[in-house]
Amino acid sequence: MLESNKESLKLEAMKRIVGLISKGKNASELFPAVVKNVASKNIELKKLVYVYLVRYAEEQQDLALLSISTFQRALKDPNQFIRASALRVLSSIRVPIIVPIMMLAIKEAASDLSPYVRKTSAHAIQKLFSLDPDQKEQLIEVIEKLLKDKSTLVAGSVVVAFEEVCPDRIDLIHKNFRKLCNLLVDVEEWGQVVIINMLTRYARTQFTSPWREDAMFDENNEKAFYDSDSEEKKGQADVKTYIMDPDHRLLLRNTKPLLQSRNTAVVMAVAQLYWHLAPKHEVSIVTKSLVRLLRSHREVQYVVLQNIATMSIQRKGMFEPYMKSFYVRSTDSTHIKTLKLEILTNLANEANISTILREFQTYVKSQDKAFAAATIQAIGRCATNISEVTDTCLNGLVLLLSNRDESVVAESVVVIKKLLQTQPNQHSDIISHMAKLFDNITVPMARASILWLMGEYCERVPKIAPDVLRKMAKTFTVEEDIVKLQTVNLAAKLFLTNSKQTKLLTQYILNLGKYDQNYDIRDRTRFIRQLIVPSEKSSTLNKYARRILLASKPAPVLESAFKDRDRFQLGTLSHSLNIKTSGYQELSEWPAVAPDPSVRNVEVIEPVKEWAPSVGKAKQSKSEDKFYSDDEEKEENASDSSSSDDSDSSSSSSEESGSESEEESNEESEKTSSDSGKSSSESETEPKNNSKKATRKKKPADSDSDESDSKASSSSAESSSSSVSDSDDDSEPPAPQKKSNVKARPKVEVKSKKEVSLLDLDDFSPAPMNAPKPSVFSPSLLSDLEGLSLSNVSSAMQVTTPSFGPMKTFELLHHMTGKGLSAKYHFPRQPCLYQPSMVSVQVILTNGSDHTLEEIHVGDRSPASLHIHCFNTIERLEPRASVTVSMGIDFSDSTQAANFQLCTKEDQFSVSIQPAVGELLMPSTMTEADFCKEQKKLLGMNETSATITMTTANTSSQTINKQVLSVANVGVAPSSQNNFHRFAGRTVSSGALVLVSLELKESSSALLTINTEKSIMASMLLQDLKQALTEA
Amino acid sequence: MIHSLFLINASGDIFLEKHWKSVVSRSVCDYFFEAQERATEPENVPPVIPTPHHYLISVLRHRIYFVAVIQSEVPPLFVIEFLHRVVDTFQDYFGVCTEAAIKDNVVVVYELLEEMLDNGFPLATESNILKELIKPPTILRTMVNTITGSTNVGEQLPTGQLSVVPWRRTGVKYTNNEAYFDVVEEIDAIIDKSGSTITAEIQGVIDACVKLTGMPDLTLSFMNPRLLDDVSFHPCVRFKRWEAERILSFIPPDGNFRLLSYHVSSQNLVAIPVYVKHNITFREGSSQGRFDLTLGPKQTMGKAVESVLVSSQLPRGVLNANLNPSQGAYTFDPVTKLLTWDVGKINPQKLPNLKGTMNLQAGASKPDENPTINIQFKIQQMAISGLKVNRLDMYGEKYKPFKGIKYMTKAGKFQVRTYQHFLMVQTSM
Repeated sequence: MLESNKESLKLEAMKRIVGLISKGKNASELFPAVVKNVASKNIELKKLVYVYLVRYAEEQQDLALLSISTFQRALKDPNQFIRASALRVLSSIRVPIIVPIMMLAIKEAASDLSPYVRKTSAHAIQKLFSLDPDQKEQLIEVIEKLLKDKSTLVAGSVVVAFEEVCPDRIDLIHKNFRKLCNLLVDVEEWGQVVIINMLTRYARTQFTSPWREDAMFDENNEKAFYDSDSEEKKGQADVKTYIMDPDHRLLLRNTKPLLQSRNTAVVMAVAQLYWHLAPKHEVSIVTKSLVRLLRSHREVQYVVLQNIATMSIQRKGMFEPYMKSFYVRSTDSTHIKTLKLEILTNLANEANISTILREFQTYVKSQDKAFAAATIQAIGRCATNISEVTDTCLNGLVLLLSNRDESVVAESVVVIKKLLQTQPNQHSDIISHMAKLFDNITVPMARASILWLMGEYCERVPKIAPDVLRKMAKTFTVEEDIVKLQTVNLAAKLFLTNSKQTKLLTQYILNLGKYDQNYDIRDRTRFIRQLIVPSEKSSTLNKYARRILLASKPAPVLESAFKDRDRFQLGTLSHSLNIKTSGYQELSEWPAVAPDPSVRNVEVIEPVKEWAPSVGKAKQSKSEDKFYSDDEEKEENASDSSSSDDSDSSSSSSEESGSESEEESNEESEKTSSDSGKSSSESETEPKNNSKKATRKKKPADSDSDESDSKASSSSAESSSSSVSDSDDDSEPPAPQKKSNVKARPKVEVKSKKEVSLLDLDDFSPAPMNAPKPSVFSPSLLSDLEGLSLSNVSSAMQVTTPSFGPMKTFELLHHMTGKGLSAKYHFPRQPCLYQPSMVSVQVILTNGSDHTLEEIHVGDRSPASLHIHCFNTIERLEPRASVTVSMGIDFSDSTQAANFQLCTKEDQFSVSIQPAVGELLMPSTMTEADFCKEQKKLLGMNETSATITMTTANTSSQTINKQVLSVANVGVAPSSQNNFHRFAGRTVSSGALVLVSLELKESSSALLTINTEKSIMASMLLQDLKQALTEA
Repeated sequence: MIHSLFLINASGDIFLEKHWKSVVSRSVCDYFFEAQERATEPENVPPVIPTPHHYLISVLRHRIYFVAVIQSEVPPLFVIEFLHRVVDTFQDYFGVCTEAAIKDNVVVVYELLEEMLDNGFPLATESNILKELIKPPTILRTMVNTITGSTNVGEQLPTGQLSVVPWRRTGVKYTNNEAYFDVVEEIDAIIDKSGSTITAEIQGVIDACVKLTGMPDLTLSFMNPRLLDDVSFHPCVRFKRWEAERILSFIPPDGNFRLLSYHVSSQNLVAIPVYVKHNITFREGSSQGRFDLTLGPKQTMGKAVESVLVSSQLPRGVLNANLNPSQGAYTFDPVTKLLTWDVGKINPQKLPNLKGTMNLQAGASKPDENPTINIQFKIQQMAISGLKVNRLDMYGEKYKPFKGIKYMTKAGKFQVRTYQHFLMVQTSM
C-alpha cells in the first residue's frame, strides 16, 4: 500500500504500521518503503513517518541517512512549526554520522527568530549530548546563549539542557539568576519544576545559611544593622543580624505564588525550595499547600506523604495543626496508610498523644493486618518517645495479647519486648503474663521474643522462667530455628542464675541442640556449652560467662524509618526510594562565606537601592522609614513592645503609640547610647515577667517621688521610670497619674504624644498597685476615687488599691486557632477608666504569624446587652510584635463569660473572657469598727461560711493575705486580733459590699465567713477562697 | 526525563508502548509485574519501583497502569503529574479512557504522545493547544476525512503556544455565548461510632464551561471569599488580583476547565448533612450477626439528599447477608464481602433503613473488627460551606453572554466508623 500513489491509502498503511509499533511488534523491514514518504505533502502522513523514523533509525542507520536531506530542507522552511518539527526529528534520529549536521542545525536554531524553534533547539541539545558526549564544549556555548534568552518558552527547556549537560557549570547561571527568578511565574509549569530545582541547588552554593542559631534580636544590633548599607530588607530577615542576600530573598518571594499552582510537581518543588533555603520560620507557609496535595491522586499522595514524613521528623510544629488530615481512612491503600501512620507517630507529643492513641486504637482493629501490625509498632514508638504514656501503651499492648489475630499478637509481643528493654523495672507482672500466654502464641518471632525476655529478666521471675524452659525442652525439636536459638539462650542464662533447678534441663536442651539440623543452632550450642559448663580447660572463659551472658543490654531505639532520608533533597526520586539514583545532584552545604554576589549583576543594574551610611542615627532611621514602610513598622513595634507593652490607659491605637515611640527613639538616640541601650534592654525583659518588674520598679519610684511632688501633678510617683523619664521630666509635667485620670482619657492621649514618662507609666501599670500602702495613700487620689464610684458611701469605706496582686494571665486566643494572632488577657485590678461599673481587662495581642495582621478590632458580642468598651482598632500588627490594649467589660456582677469576636482584616475569631468571681470586686478600706458594723448588717441569709483546714505553715498573716488577694480583689481591713483576718471589697458594677473574714482556730482549722448581699457570688467566692487557702 | 511509556491492562498485558529516546525493552516491566504480584490489591502497587538500570513510576487510572520508565534523577511528582495529565487528555479526546478506546485510536494516541513529550520533557500539555494540533476524533470528522482526504493534524503552530495566554485558542466563535460555572464541594469526614465528627473538611472546585467568542476577560467575585482557605488556580487566574482584592480575574480557556480548587479552613465547623444510626453486632458463639442501619438528613437547609449510596466492607467471616431495605436495593458480594446499598433519595418523613442478619462461617469465631461504612450522596443547589458567587462580569468583548452558576455538595471520602475502642486509652485518659 505504501507504494500506492494515493495519499489516503498510504496514510492508512502508515496508521497500521504505527499500530504495530505501539504493540511493540517489529516493523523494521518496512523501513525503505516508509522512508520514501518522508517528503510527503500530507502533514499527517509526514508525522507518522517521523514517528516511524525516530523509532527505527537507530537500527537502520544507512537507510535513515536518505531522509536527512529532507530535514535539512525543512529547517529552512518559512513556517516555524515545520522548522521546529524538522529539528525535532533530525535530533531524534540517533545516528552518529549526522552529529555535525545536528550541531550545525542546533546552532542555527538557537538564534532562530521564533522562540518555539529555540525551545526545540534546547531539547535537541540534550539529544545530541546523549548521542555524542564529546560535543559538550560546543553545546555548553549554545546553552550559555540560550540561557540569556528572555522568552519564557525557552527558559524551562534550556534549564533542562543545562541540568543534563553541565549541571556543575554554576557560573553560567550567575548572570541569568535574576532573570530566571522574575520569569519564573510565567514559565510553563514543567519548566517551573526544573528551574526551581536547579535554583535550589544554585542558592545552596551562593548564599549563606539563613538558619544561624546565634541570630540576635537585640535592638542595639538592629540599629547597627540599619547603619550598614544593606540593600534590601524584607520580612523577618531584618530582625536578625543575619542579612539575607537580596537575591536569595528574590528567589523566595518569586516562588511563593507558585504554591497555588494546580500542578502538584510545582507545589512540591516550591515546598522543597523553602525547606532547603528559607529561614526556619518561613518554611511553615508551605504546609497548607502540601496538605492540599493530599487530596490528589493516590500516587501523588504517596510521594507527598513521604516528603511530609521526612519533614515532620525535624519540624513537628509545621504539620501539627493539620494532624487530622493524616487520619487514616479505610479506603486508603496500604502504603498510604503506613505513611500516614508514620507521620502521626512523628507528630505525637505530650499534648496530642491521647488523641493519637485513640486514633491508633481504631487502626489496630483494621481489617488490613499489615497495617494493624504497623500500628502496633507505632504505638511502641510513641511509648518510648513520650514517657508519660509508656505505661498506658504497655497495658494496652498487653491487652492486645489476647487478640485473636496471630499477627497482631506477635507484633505486640515484639514491641512489648522492646519497650520492656527500655525500662525493665517494675514490669515483672507483664513478663509473667506473657509467660502465661506463651502456649497460645504460635508466631515464631513472638515466641522467641518471649523467651528472650524470660532469659533477660529471669531473676525477676525466678519461678516462672524454669517452668517455661521445661515446656520448651519438651517441644524443642518441633520449634522454629529462631525459637530454638532463644531456648538455648534461655537455658544458658538460667543455668547461670539458677543452676540448681535447671541444670538437667539445660544439659538436655544442649544435647538436643548439638544434633540439630541447623548448623547455626549446633554452633550456638557448642559455644554455650563451652562457656557455661565448667570444665578444666575453659575455666578462664567460664569465669566471665556470667558477665558475658547477663551483661545489661542497651535498649533499642525505636525510631522513624525516615530518619536518614533528609540526606537527600526533598521531592527527588532519590528521596522517594531512599537510594542514590543515577544523575542525582547532591545539595551542597551552605557556604560559610557567600561568594561574591556581584557576579549576578547584569550590565543593566537591577533596581536595588543602596543606602549611603548617614551621619546621625535619627536621620538615618527617618530616611529609611520613608522608603520602607515595613522597616518602619518593624521598628515601631519593637519600641512599641518595649515601651507600651502593658499599656492599658493610653489605649491609643498602635499607630499612635508607634509614632510616639518613634519620636522617643529619636530623642533617645540623641542621648548617650548607653542610655538607650539600658532602657531597651530593660524593656525587653519586662513583658515577660510582670511581677519581677514590679518589684524592680519600686526603687526608682520611691526615689523619684520627691522630685515629682514638686511638680504640679500629685501622684506621679509610681509612674516615673528609670533614667529615661528623668531626663524628660522637665520638658512637660508628668501626666496625671493613671488612677486619677479616670475621666481624662483623651487628655492622656494628647499628652502621650510628647510624654515619654507616660509611656513608661503604662508600661509599669501593675507597679502602682504595689507601691502605695493604704496608709500612705495620697488623699487627693483617694478622694478622686471616692468621687468616681463610691460617692454614696461613707468615707470610712473607701475603695483602695490592693496591696498585692499577682497576675494570672489567661489565654484568650491561641495562635493556632487565631492563624497566628494570639491573645492573652489578665485583670489588672484597676478601676476601669471608661465606666466605673466595668472591670478593666488587659489584652495582649501578639502576632505569631509571618505576615502583618491588619485592622484588629472587636466585632460582634454576645449577649448583646453586654457592655464592652472596646479598644481602638489596631491598624497593623507586624509579625512577632505584640501590643497591649485595655478593655472595659461590665459583667454585671456575674461570672457569665463575655463573648465577642476578635476580628482581623481577614478573619474573625470568637473569644470569650470568663472572669473569676474575685475579679468582679474592688478593694475597699475600712476600719475594724466599720467592718464589724457592716458585717452585722449582713447576717442571716447574707452570710456564708465554711470551716477549712489549713496547714500551720500557712497560718501566718502574710500568707493568708497573699492567698486571699490572689483569689479576690479585696482590700485588707485592719484587725486587732491575731487570729482574725478581715478583707473588704465591693462588687464592681453594683457596689455591694463583700466582707471576708477568716478566723483561725486551734488545730489548724479556720472559719471562713463571707457576708454580702450577693449570695451567689458569696458561695462562689467561698469556693475559690477555700481552695486557695487549703491548697497553699 | 521520561524514557518510555507502557500501558498495562488489568490482566497484565502491555497493550501500548512508546519510546522517546532509545528503545527500552519491555522486559523492564517484569519488575513491575513482580511488584504487582506482591501487592494484594491493585492500589497497593508502589508508585515508584527501582530496577537495576531504570526506575518505574506508575499511576493507576481506569484500571490501566501507566508505567513510565525513567533512567536518571527526576522529581517523581513531575512524572506522576504528567502521567495523570496524559490520562486526562485521553479522557478529553475519547470521552473515556479504556483499553478499547486507546486501541481504537492508537494513531491519535501516538500523535498525542509525540506532541506532549519531546525527548522525555513535556512540550504541550494544554488541552486547547493539543486540540489545535490534533483534532479530536469524532464520527463526523472521520467521515469527512475519508471522503475529502484531509487530515486531523494541524499544519500551523498553534497560536496559543506563542502568545501570553497559551491556554486559549484564538479566533473562537460561537453563536450562543455562554459561561457556566459549577461550584462543587466535597465533604471528607470521618464519623465516630457515637456519631461525633472526628475530622471533617470541605474541598471544593469550580469547574467552568466557557464558550465565549473572542478574547473575553472575566472577573468572578464571591460574597464571602474569606471562606476560601487554600486555593490553587488554573494558570489563567491572575494571582496578584486575587491576593489584593480576592477577585478572580482571568481570560478563560475555551471549553471545559477547572478554574479553581479550594479548601475551606478546618477552623470553620463543617455541617454534616447526613447522620447514620447503625447497629452491627456479632455475638460470641452464634453464627449470626445483626445488621441495622438507618440514614437521616440533618443540616441540609431543606435541600434533598440524593443519590445516596452506602457501601461497607464486611468482615471476612461473613458468609452472606440477609437484609431487608425499606427502599432501594442492596447487593452483597460474597467474594469481596462488599455490601452496597443504593438508597436513592432520602425522604425525611420515612427514613431509609436496612435491617437483617448476617450469616457467619460456621465455627468461625466472632470477627474482631467492625466494618466502616462509606457513604456517597449529592445535594443539589447548595454549597455546604456557604460559599456564594457574587457576580460575574465580562470585559473585552461587546456581546452579552449567558451566565449560569450551579452549586452542588457531594460526599467525598465520607466514612462512618463502627469500631469499638478497646480499653487501652479510655481507662487512663
